[in-house]
This record gives sequence, C-alpha cells and structure tokens, in this order.
Amino acid sequence: MITVFLLTWPLLAALLLFVLKPGNAKVFALVASLVELVASIIMAFQFVKDDSVQFAVNISWIASLGINFYVGVDGISLLLVLLTTVIVPLIVLSSFSKTYEKQSTFYGLVLIMQMALIGVFVALDGFLFYLFWEMALIPIYFICLIWGGENRGVITLKFFIYTLAGSLVMLVALVYLYFQTPGSHTFDIQALYQAGRALSAYEQGLVFWAMFVAFAIKMPVFPFHTWQPDTYTTAPTQGTMLLSAIMLKMGIYGLIRWMIPLVPVGVMDWGFTAVVLSVIGIVYASCIAIVQKDVKRLVAYSSIAHVGLIAAGLLTLTATGIQGAMIQMLSHGILVFAMFYIVDIISDRTKTRSLAELGGIRNVAPVLSTVFIIVMLGSVALPITSGFVGEFLLIRSLVEYHFILGAVAGLTIILGAIYMLRTFQKSMSGETNSITSTFTDLTNHEKIVLYPIVILIFVIGIYPTPILEISEAATANIVNLFSAYADSIK
Amino acid sequence: MNALFIICGLGILSLVAEIANLKRWLTVFVMIGLVAAAALAVLDWGTTRSYFSDMVLFDDFAISFTTLILVASIFWFWMSGDYFSNQPHKTDRSALILFAITGAICMVSFNNMAMLFLGIEILSISLYVLAGSNKESLNSNEAAFKYFIMGSFATGFLLMGIALIYGATGSFNITKIAAHISSHIDSLPGFFYAGVLLMLVGMTFKISAVPFHFWAPDVYGGSPTTITAFMSTVVKIAAFGAFYKVFSFCFNSVHSSWVLVIQIMTVLTLVIPNVTAVYQNNIKRLLAYSSVGHVGYLLLAVVANSTGASGTILYYLTAYSAASLLAFTVLHILENAVANNELEGFNGLYKRNPWLAVSLTIAMLSLAGIPPLSGFFGKYMVFALALQQGYVGLVLLAVGTSLVGVYYYFKVIVAMFFKDLNGTFVSVTRSSQLMLGILVVLIFLLGLFPEWMITRFTIH
Repeated sequence: MITVFLLTWPLLAALLLFVLKPGNAKVFALVASLVELVASIIMAFQFVKDDSVQFAVNISWIASLGINFYVGVDGISLLLVLLTTVIVPLIVLSSFSKTYEKQSTFYGLVLIMQMALIGVFVALDGFLFYLFWEMALIPIYFICLIWGGENRGVITLKFFIYTLAGSLVMLVALVYLYFQTPGSHTFDIQALYQAGRALSAYEQGLVFWAMFVAFAIKMPVFPFHTWQPDTYTTAPTQGTMLLSAIMLKMGIYGLIRWMIPLVPVGVMDWGFTAVVLSVIGIVYASCIAIVQKDVKRLVAYSSIAHVGLIAAGLLTLTATGIQGAMIQMLSHGILVFAMFYIVDIISDRTKTRSLAELGGIRNVAPVLSTVFIIVMLGSVALPITSGFVGEFLLIRSLVEYHFILGAVAGLTIILGAIYMLRTFQKSMSGETNSITSTFTDLTNHEKIVLYPIVILIFVIGIYPTPILEISEAATANIVNLFSAYADSIK
Repeated sequence: MNALFIICGLGILSLVAEIANLKRWLTVFVMIGLVAAAALAVLDWGTTRSYFSDMVLFDDFAISFTTLILVASIFWFWMSGDYFSNQPHKTDRSALILFAITGAICMVSFNNMAMLFLGIEILSISLYVLAGSNKESLNSNEAAFKYFIMGSFATGFLLMGIALIYGATGSFNITKIAAHISSHIDSLPGFFYAGVLLMLVGMTFKISAVPFHFWAPDVYGGSPTTITAFMSTVVKIAAFGAFYKVFSFCFNSVHSSWVLVIQIMTVLTLVIPNVTAVYQNNIKRLLAYSSVGHVGYLLLAVVANSTGASGTILYYLTAYSAASLLAFTVLHILENAVANNELEGFNGLYKRNPWLAVSLTIAMLSLAGIPPLSGFFGKYMVFALALQQGYVGLVLLAVGTSLVGVYYYFKVIVAMFFKDLNGTFVSVTRSSQLMLGILVVLIFLLGLFPEWMITRFTIH
C-alpha cells in the first residue's frame, strides 16, 4: 500500500494547492514533499534485498483490455524512487528565495510531476508505464512555458513534440507486443517480456529501435539531443533541476526495465550501435561544453556527456556496467541539481550567466566557492566523491566490452576536468570585478539545500556498498538473462 | 423511439411558443424535454424494436448513438442560452435545432434507405438555415449558401446511389439489401457497385472526409460559433453513425469493393487537414480542420475493422464531442472579448481569466490525444484496433499526424500562457463555470475509467 501512498499523496497535495491556493504555497509543498520523503525512507527500510518485486499492488483497471493498475518496487526502482523523493524537497527548498507568480500553480505542477516520475519508476504494466511517462511531460511543459525565460514558446514546443514523438513510437511498440501476448492479451510486464523474447531477431530489432529512440530522446543520447540545451537553458531553474536531476533518469530506467529484458536478442544485435552513439555523445557534448560562454548551457552539455557514459556502460550488459549506471544515476542526480543551483545563485546575484563577466567570487563568497569545488570535483569523478564510484565502474565495463570505445569514453574525465576547471577559474578565481564585488555568500536556506548534497557526495563516494546492495539482486537477474542467451548462441 | 417523439413534440412546441407567449421558459423546457428523452432512450437499452413497417430500428447501436446525440445536445443548449435570448426569432431557431436533432436521430436509427435520406435532409435543411442565422454577417450568409449548394450536390449523389442499389437489389430495406448481396454475391450487376461508390461519395461528404471536406472550413468559420459547435458535435456524431451503419451493416459483404477507396481517403484525411491546420490563424478555422482531421482517425477504425469498430467509434466520438463542446464553449464566452476569433486574440488569456485558459487547454490536450484525457484513450483504441489487424504503416502515419496535431493545438496553448496580455479581464457566469467544470471532469473521468463505457457500449 505504501506504493499507492507514494503515488496518491503528491497528487492530493497538488490538488489541494490548486483548490485552496494557500498564501504560503512553498511551505505547503515543502511539507508535502517531506512527508513523501519519510514514506519512501520507511519503504527503503522495509525493503528486502533480493530480486523480488515488493510492495506490489495489482488492481484490475480496464479489465476488458488487459490493463491493470500494477505497481511494485524492486532494487532498481527503489533507488530511483529515493532519488526522486530526496531531490523534490530540495528543489522546493531551493526556490525559497524566489517568488514565482501564481505560486500555488507552480508548486502544484512540481508535485504532479513528482507523482508521475514515481509512477514511471514503479509501474509494472506497460500501459500504466506509458501513461505515467506521458503525464510527466505535461507539468514540466507548463512549468517551462509559464515561468521560463526568453523564447520559451518555441523552445518548449520543440521539446514537447520531440519527446512526444519518441514516446508515441514506444507506444506503438508496446501495443504491438501486447498483441503478441497469449489469450485475451495483457500489458503485464512479465507477459510482455515473454512476448518480446519470443519475437524473431528482426522483429526484436524493430522493437529495440522503437524503444531506444524514445529513451534516447529523453536522456538525451546523441543524435537525439538537440532539444536539450535550449530547453535546459530556458526553463526556470527548478524546471531545469526536475528535467536533469530526475526526468532524464526516466530514459535510463526505461532502458533497464522496458528495453533490455524485453528484447534481449535485439539488444545483443544492436547494442553495439547504441553504445557507439552514446560514446560519440560523450566526446561531442564535452567538446561543446568546453567552448560555452553561458554557464547554464555549459552544465546542460556536461549533462549530455555524463548521461552518454551511463547509457554506454549500461548497454555493455555486465554487472559492473549496470551497477555503475545505477550509482551514477544517483550521483549525477544530486551533482547536476547542485550545479544548476549554484549557477542559479550566481546568476540571481550578478544578473548574468556569462562566464566572461564573472570572476573573483571566491574572494567575496568563500563558502559558496568551497561547495562549488566539492560539487565540481564530484562531477569530474575525483576519488572519494560520488562521481568516482560510478564513472570508474562504467569505464571499466566499457574497457572490458571494447577497449577502444572504453578509451574514448574515458576522455570524459579529462574533458570534464577541462570545462569544469575552466568554469571555476573564470567565475570563482581571478580579480573581483564590478559585477561580482557586491556578491554575498550563501544564505542560511541555501546552506540547508547544499550541505546535505555535499554530505551525500562524500557518503556515496566513500561507502557506496549499501546502495549497490539494494540493486544488486535485480541487476544480477538481467545479467543472468544475457549470459543464458550468450550460452544458447554458442 | 419515445425520444424521437418527444423531440418532435418539443420542436412543434417551440413553434407554438411564439403564439402562446411561452418564450421565456422555452429553453428550460427544451432542456428538461431533452433530459427526459435521453432517459427514455437509456431505458430502452438492450431491446431491439422496429417501427413504421421496419423504417427505423432501435437496437443497441441506435440507442447508444441517440443517447450520445441527446447528451451532446443538452450541453449544447446549456452553452448557447444567449444565442437564443440575445437575437430575434428565438422560437424559430429553437425549433430548427430540435428538428435537426430529430434528423440526427433518424440518421442513426434508420433501417431503410428512404429513412436515411429523410434523416439527412431534415438535419441538413435545418442547418442550411441556421448557418445563415447571423443575417447581418456576410460570412454567415456565405456559409449558408456554400453549405446549401455543396450539401445539395452530395444529397444528389446519395440519392442516385440509393436508386441504383434499389435497381440492383429490389429493396430499400438495409437488412434485405444485405441479405440480397450475400446471396447474389457473384451475380451483382455492375451498376450496383456504381451505386455503392455514389453512396460513398455522398456519405463521405456528410462526414467531411478528404477530398469532400472543402466546404467544412468555410462553413464552420462563417457560421455563428454556437452553430459551428452544433455542426462539429451533434451533426458529426449522426453523420458518422449513418456512414458506419451503411457500410458496416449493409455493404459489408462487398467490403473489398469500397475498402480501398476508404483507405486512400483515410490517408488523405489524416494528412491534408492536419497539415493545413498548422497554417490557420483563425481558431474557428483551426478547429474546423481539426474536426476534419479527427474523421481520419475514425475512418482508420472503419478500415481496420469494418464490423467490430462501433464501440471504438462511439467512444472516440464521445471523447471528441466533449472536448469540442468545451473548446467551443470557451470560444463562445470569449466571442465579445476576442475579435474575429483570431489566434492573437487569445494572447495572455491565462491572465485575463485562468479558468477559461485552463478549460481551453484541457480541451486542446484532449483533442491532441495527451494522456490521461479521454482524447488519448480514443486514439489509443483506434491505434490498437488497427495494429491488431496489422495496419502498422497506417498507424505510424496516424502517429505522425497526431504529432502535427500537437503542434497546432499547442499553438493555442502557447498563445494563452506565453504571449503578452491582450485586453482586460473576462468574467464568466456561474452557469458557464459549472458547465466548463462538468465537461472538464467528464473528460478526465472518461479517460481514467474508460472500462465502464467500453464494456457497456461495445456493440456486436
């Protein structure tokens, strides 16, 4: 039942916000999201670390079409649910210094978004998954459209149509599989797995591409990334955080849950192509990030590079790669959140995001500068930070998979260091100029947001085992599936 | 059947009301009558009865479509109260609408080609007049005239088709025609097929499928907004019901002779109106093209399964009508606030009245097929039906045109939320607020709990 609570609570809170329009919508949303966090922590403590689906609820919904409200959690889902419930209160808290127009609508949409994201991570029915997947798009679209920056009309529409195109193709693939299920057809995940695995290699290839394109657009993987930099830059900061810290994980989660076990032969036939695309994305996005002048855009491109590595490691289909992807998803979530928050703090105070105009912030804001260094080092995967564990596992899996690809992907660490250090140098070090001289250091509530992140960066970096243990059994399942397939080919 | 009598009676009452001086109470009275008629129609559910020497047949199909027509009409009367009160000849208009509804019910319950023709004519002649009911507007006059000329042509085709089919089969009764076709499948004369094609032209004109759609944008754009709402909901339901009945029940044995034509029309109806709608700056014309585009999805259902699609079609039409009525209600409320229904007039509507903006947004999202709204589920059922029969190519095309649809529906949303304020606050009456609220809830409920409707109204 706790799964249902996690889904209904944010929705209820959002509806209350829409109807009551409380004067202090921020506090209301914060309390709501903290309750959600507590619920998810209770869930994590009750979780048994095996590969079974737990806290499952299966209610018949549209019986005549074989659609059930079937939700449940395994290790992989649980980590992403936790990521969502941790990040959303931080996002709400990070907006405390701002006053959005029509704020109850704004926070209501954020909470609906949270509901849809959790729905995506716990859905075990193909139709339900699709429904949540699409529902996540609506609130973020309106958040970007109503509260976004310049030119948001065109940019958000491009984002919307781009992602919708991908998901509609995915829907066609899901319905196609649905009709392959026996009897009066069902969208149950296990039945879809059976149907998918029974397809011929050619059909599995088609389904692979239909699913991969949908997920690749969401992440985004090169060459489906063109919507991303504009959207991230234009969106209001809290929107960018939702998009980058949580929403792109929908794509990666989709790969793990709804593509890899679904069409294993298709994945083995086409996985290499997908890995190559992801690796191209890593290098390409890193190079563009190096020459960016706008900090927010720079972080957006760095996100493409990081996600490319996650996708590539994941598609090696090894335990190392998948576990690396899991831990890197969490690490990327908190790091990119912190990164965008710091960018927001800087641009709020200086009214500019241009690197050329900044400089010398370290002299006037040492605390911010220190936090920035820690986040940056996490981002370039320095040992004992959270970024290191994930990137190490991912690159190792890639090197074992294909040495040259692994080596190219490894460039991400060097290129990442270049653009990150350059950003630090241009904004934090150097002489204080007229724009930055009046810069004030972190306020208390900004510290409340950033300190937990700093702690998390180190905790995950130094002692990742508890997290890895949660998803271990579920990951092993996938790996076993593929070793069985590899054996059958031999 | 009783519903038909009640509505005829209401129509006559409307005409008498002028003399008896009941004008003030007329709209209320009509709405009560419509609710009673809908209730009586629902009570007949599960029975199959034919009346007037087999001229009309009220089976589950007819009853479900009749109910839908009546419910849409109730909402229509609710939204357009001031169309009657603010202009002269209230009783005439009210009577014309009621007769049009009578025609619509005949069109979904006919069992005889003559009754089909009568139904279409009763509906169309009322509409020709209503389209021109804004007498001072040049566009309204143009709409009426165009509609009349085009409509007459189509009726001519239809009548010629009926005559040829009568010549080949010796009957007007569709059950007998169907029986004759299946027993003489190899010896049907050539002119029988000509008759089928002529009827196809006539009927596709009425449902405004491409290439017989060109009247729709002008007529929809020129007519008073309330009448446009009526045409794109009640009339569309009736026309598609009749179309499905003719081709699914009557001509199903010669399926191969017409299905290719309909397939080509489906492709055209999916592509052309959806692409044309992108270039529209007038929201009424935009909705006109969108309404033609939706016919494409309905035709796709017919192509995929010409005998078992009635449940899907009914659901789709319900979802479509709910969203259309919602959109047109907002348009009607804004008629005085937005000049000529140009898209720029909607700029910043969110700040002028958030409720109207949110309602129109939900209507657009549902028409665009975004989950969890009912419009999505309607499209989903059509796509699933087509995929089940292996029409992957057509489904992918329909997916593509849905995306184009998203683009133009979202143009309206972007204007409302993103563009700068244009004009002052718009106030909405309590009654309109309530109606908007009910339609919004309905669109959500239909989308979230489609099971109720699918299982109850799947007609075999």
